[in-house]
Amino acid sequence: MNQTDLTEKQKKARRSRNVALGIVLAVLAVMFYVVTIIKIGPGIFDRVM
Amino acid sequence: MAMTDEHDALAAPASVDVLEGDAGDFFALLKPRVMSLVVFTALVGLLMAPGEIHPVLGFIAILSIAVGAGASGALNMWYDADIDILMGRTAKRPIPAGRISADTTLAFGMFLSVFSVATLGLLVNWLSAGLLAFTIFFYAVVYTMWLKRSTPQNIVIGGAAGAFPPIIGWACVTNSISLESIVLFAIIFLWTPAHFWALALFKSEDYGRAGIPMLPNVAGERTTKHQIVLYAVLTALCGVVPTVMGFAGMVYGVFAAILGAVFVWYAVQVWRMPDGDSKMVPAKKMFAYSLVYLFCIFTALMVGALVTKFTGMAV
Repeated sequence: MNQTDLTEKQKKARRSRNVALGIVLAVLAVMFYVVTIIKIGPGIFDRVM
Repeated sequence: MAMTDEHDALAAPASVDVLEGDAGDFFALLKPRVMSLVVFTALVGLLMAPGEIHPVLGFIAILSIAVGAGASGALNMWYDADIDILMGRTAKRPIPAGRISADTTLAFGMFLSVFSVATLGLLVNWLSAGLLAFTIFFYAVVYTMWLKRSTPQNIVIGGAAGAFPPIIGWACVTNSISLESIVLFAIIFLWTPAHFWALALFKSEDYGRAGIPMLPNVAGERTTKHQIVLYAVLTALCGVVPTVMGFAGMVYGVFAAILGAVFVWYAVQVWRMPDGDSKMVPAKKMFAYSLVYLFCIFTALMVGALVTKFTGMAV
């Protein structure tokens, strides 16, 4: 299998993209959690089992 | 001038390595400066709308509108990479500079478009999501792919895309489109030609090199200056309509009238500028003031709406 050696600049760019993507995913997870609570609220537990 | 209505994908750097582009380059694809105007005008529409929205949902609505606007910016950069490389103002963008590939930009723009519309629809309402989807389509397809390269009226019609955000913000709260939100749309819609043609006057060489049929390149400086004055007058008149219609107070009306009069004054200075002037100082001043004008008008509308909401006084 061929493996591409990344330059320092490419490694730095990849790190930057990874950090940004991680932050965005974390924010989205928190955002959807908060919105679920707001839109459904305590009623989230009131469901037929 | 050689006009272009052809999209030349091969003129953009081919087979560039996406690994060179960092997070900042991806953010640049979203056209953050345009996005800031979209966020601001959408926020004003949202705050002026009668009714209430939960602050967190309001924040998500504005975030979705911002990401949708950014997505249309990325799609614009994907399609326009062949001409961006020819203009000094745009040559350093991520695709022409070779830091991000055109294919990656297309995927990025499409993903964000779908994601922002779906988020707005699921969490706020589907009318505002539909309007956001239409705005993205209008900017990326109607303006970028069709009008921009085919008619000198490109930014007049295409300006509608930039004018939609207050209507979307309003719809997020009321789930409807009203005459008041259409007036907010009209202010930006009428402001856009005067704003862009002032820029096109002192950047006409750039647009000429790229073959974009902007009004100064096609119809000449004189016609452009007439049109700038015409649209400045229409913008100034439209700026006071909120007071005439009663959804903004007299303080706003006087403020908007003064701002509008100054806008027309700057337009007249551009009109008086001799044809062929190489420095184009009045056009540059008009362009700078146009940004101040829109910012002040929408700030005044927002402050007035908030004062009315919390005190019941119309200002």
